[in-house]
Amino acid sequence: MIFEGKAWVFGDNIDTDAIIAARYLSTSEPAELAKHLMEDIKPDFPGLVSPGDILVGGENFGCGSSREHAPLAIKGAGVSCVIARIFARIFYRNAINIGLPIMECHEDLAGIESGSDRLRVDLEQGTITQLQTGHVYKAEPFPPFMQEIINRGGLVEYVKARVNPAG
Amino acid sequence: MSTGNGSEIGSTEFGSTMVEKILAAKAGKEKVVPGNLVNTKIDLALGNDITAPVAIKEFGRFEVDEVFDPEKIVLVPDHFTPNKDIASAEQALLIRNFAEKYKIKHYYEIGRMGIEHALLPEQGLIRPGEVIIGADSHTCTYGALGAFATGVGSTDLAAAMVIGEAWFKVPATMRFEYRGSLPEWVGGKDLILFTIGQIGVSGARYRAMEFAGTAISQLSMDGRLTMANMAIEAGGKCGYIQPDQVTFDYLKDRMTVPYEAVYSDQDALYEQVFEYDISRLEPQIAFPPSPDNVYPVSEAKGIDLQQVVIGSCTNGRIEDLRIAAAVIKKKKVHPGVRMLVIPATQQIYRQALEEGLLSIFVDAEAAVSTPTCGPCLGGHMGILARGEKALATTNRNFVGRMGHPESEVYLSGPAVAAASAVAGKIVHPEEVI
Repeated sequence: MIFEGKAWVFGDNIDTDAIIAARYLSTSEPAELAKHLMEDIKPDFPGLVSPGDILVGGENFGCGSSREHAPLAIKGAGVSCVIARIFARIFYRNAINIGLPIMECHEDLAGIESGSDRLRVDLEQGTITQLQTGHVYKAEPFPPFMQEIINRGGLVEYVKARVNPAG
Repeated sequence: MSTGNGSEIGSTEFGSTMVEKILAAKAGKEKVVPGNLVNTKIDLALGNDITAPVAIKEFGRFEVDEVFDPEKIVLVPDHFTPNKDIASAEQALLIRNFAEKYKIKHYYEIGRMGIEHALLPEQGLIRPGEVIIGADSHTCTYGALGAFATGVGSTDLAAAMVIGEAWFKVPATMRFEYRGSLPEWVGGKDLILFTIGQIGVSGARYRAMEFAGTAISQLSMDGRLTMANMAIEAGGKCGYIQPDQVTFDYLKDRMTVPYEAVYSDQDALYEQVFEYDISRLEPQIAFPPSPDNVYPVSEAKGIDLQQVVIGSCTNGRIEDLRIAAAVIKKKKVHPGVRMLVIPATQQIYRQALEEGLLSIFVDAEAAVSTPTCGPCLGGHMGILARGEKALATTNRNFVGRMGHPESEVYLSGPAVAAASAVAGKIVHPEEVI
């Protein structure tokens, strides 16, 4: 899978309350949740983010609550992929389980300009290319086990295939 | 202080930690080491009124007629309940209908329920040596009883409801040893806040946290549940305390089926070992906007407050209410403060009623609520306006956590919270006693 889009850069320890505040959790509709994506830390963000855009986080992206509404809100905004230095573990699981592409990149991403730089992300190769400069960042490809969940489009299809291999 | 032989993590020549043993047993393996991916049987799977509706939607995609075991699924409407608005009522209805249709044994209705992580141990649903997943990050609470318990998302819960299994990467374990005796006014909340302050919100990311030492042996089960509850605030996959007499006493009247306690080997391999002498530890306060922004109470004195909350899955248990009541007895809440007391379960509520604690709170002019997560996550029952400050015995103080993005939440244990409600600002309990 290869994605190209505009980068939006966030800092370290972006928690799931920041991604989607609890007051909006009485729905789980991705499009509805997307209207409030990152609202408490960047109020104008829901109006800025466009389908295909790429989120770039720092350390511990998605920490805090286990709400799956956080990756759902990101997916609902049409974000194609999330890159972070490292993800908090429940967010990491949830993103893979709902089929939101994510990738960890331990290189310093501080040079990426938020809201202007364009990136190309290659999940299989584990590369992130800054399109204006051509600079390539190396990222961590998934272990095969998770690659299989992603290839199936998420955990539900993966488990269905296991429970009923013929179907 | 940190020591350890982390470079050998993954080696099979050493003994195993409690978590490694539990995961190995439930995966049907002789031994596992950190980094292994394992598929394990699930003893209990939990959802609430926010996460279960998403899980139920995903469950529908499996096109199955039944859940893997109606006795091993727990559904608790506790976050936006008693229903705060029509949308929340619809979500609660969805899980009520699901529970009825699939004959879920452990569904807890309003009036019989409690905040999930206080309720499940109280009801005897948590046993040492078990694997428990919950679509709620504070599921790690159950490690206090010597179980492996971790938070997952809704899709994981959906899959577990179908197959009764989940996959895990075996975590490396960090050991935290607390030496000395607990000083007066210092409890489990202070130990865990101190620890998170030391290692940071990602300090135990993907790791198991083993809590041990003389101070832990002295700690009540309520205090232990508070500590394991906040392992997630350090990024931990789980937090746990190995079973001992305190555990067995707690389980004695709650357990109808046998269980097997599991312990770390003497030669278990820890990624890191931290040792703290806590004999002179002050009560701890986490400043906004992060649970690792921790200071002793002496450095937090004088911060004005508009709200104090005593409750939540972290500190809404009977011991917390006893401590708060002892501090506030025959005093009044400061005129500029709204104090909310939320017993975490119906049983705790009744106990507090019978012990006269609720009268103490009401006489002090605090508001006492039925069990709900409510204000902890900014759901309802005590939302903050712009610029307001709260001191809460809850677990998170992120931006906007309890209301307006420009409101602020400080975290503490129940003694400091009750004393500060009287003073109208953050104080040490000794200042109002």
